[in-house]
Amino acid sequence: MKRGVALLLLACSMGLSAAADERKSGTHFMGASTQTMQRDDTQNPAMLWVGDGEALWQAKSGDSGKSCVSCHGDAKISMRGVAARFPAFDTHRQLPINLGQRINQCRAGKQQLPAWRAESGDLLAMESYVALQSRGMPVAPPRDTRLKAPTERGKQLFNQRIGQLNLSCAQCHDANWGKRLAGSTIPQGHASAYPIYRLEWQDMGSLQRRLRNCMSGVRAEVPPYGALELVELELYLAARARGMAMESPGVRP
Amino acid sequence: MARALINMPKTARRGEVIEIRALIGHPMETGYRPGADGVVQKRDIIRQFSVRYNGEQVFAAELHPAISANPYIAFHTVATESGTLEFSWKGDNGFAQTETAAITVTG
Repeated sequence: MKRGVALLLLACSMGLSAAADERKSGTHFMGASTQTMQRDDTQNPAMLWVGDGEALWQAKSGDSGKSCVSCHGDAKISMRGVAARFPAFDTHRQLPINLGQRINQCRAGKQQLPAWRAESGDLLAMESYVALQSRGMPVAPPRDTRLKAPTERGKQLFNQRIGQLNLSCAQCHDANWGKRLAGSTIPQGHASAYPIYRLEWQDMGSLQRRLRNCMSGVRAEVPPYGALELVELELYLAARARGMAMESPGVRP
Repeated sequence: MARALINMPKTARRGEVIEIRALIGHPMETGYRPGADGVVQKRDIIRQFSVRYNGEQVFAAELHPAISANPYIAFHTVATESGTLEFSWKGDNGFAQTETAAITVTG
């Protein structure tokens, strides 16, 4: 009897892990040459931004005369796993914030410098450098009760039909992944490689840029960068990708 | 800031064929695209890439507007002697960047 229960438990856990294996990163849907480009740091163009980010990490600037190093020391140690835990709850503003917003908070608050513009080269460079320190680690959004409601709202938006095409994120990325939308394969929409170097953009971009892309694609009203809806969507995507390996900074077609 | 990545072996045996990879950050603006204001943006591309191995040119390429931003060029050469390789990119608007990498050849 005991043995039977053990077998049943084993079967259940196998069933669970099989369900987890259903999740596939965007890398899975790319061509071999794009996969190689991401895997090989000497081919990955995102490493140019990582190099810039490393220089910015060291740079003393502002009235404070502080660099990132002054407080955080070596990023390889202090920033390990940090990007995997964003978006997080900001107690000061009582709102969830993403990694870019957190970086800008440090910049404006501690370094007394003007915040970097969304999608600016410097902000993406710093994000890439910080995110690189979490590469290979599991996506681990914080289990913070204050994030529960915003994550739920993100999920709602994910499942809500929007725009003139009247499509939800879920209709493509949950129901039709693996099929084709014109020339490209629809991925499952796991955001574990951001910021990414997208070949179509010929540039680095954040998850919000990608989300806004999809939104204008279905001809919906696109929220501005940093809008709460976008951060909530990021939160849900992080919860959806919990446990998947971080690939940042990724390459996408 | 560091806007070029060069990857090649630091050491090689004499006569060995080595692979060299060079990636540089550059917008490669074609000269055909209109900007957000509707005005066609001026061409801004890299025109020429050349590599000298101890002063002797071992590789050169001409680049054109159809080449994507941040061009990545990989090629092979034969390791002949220890020394330095000088990579140079030249382009529109007086763009010029030079990077060097050292190699030790044994045997």
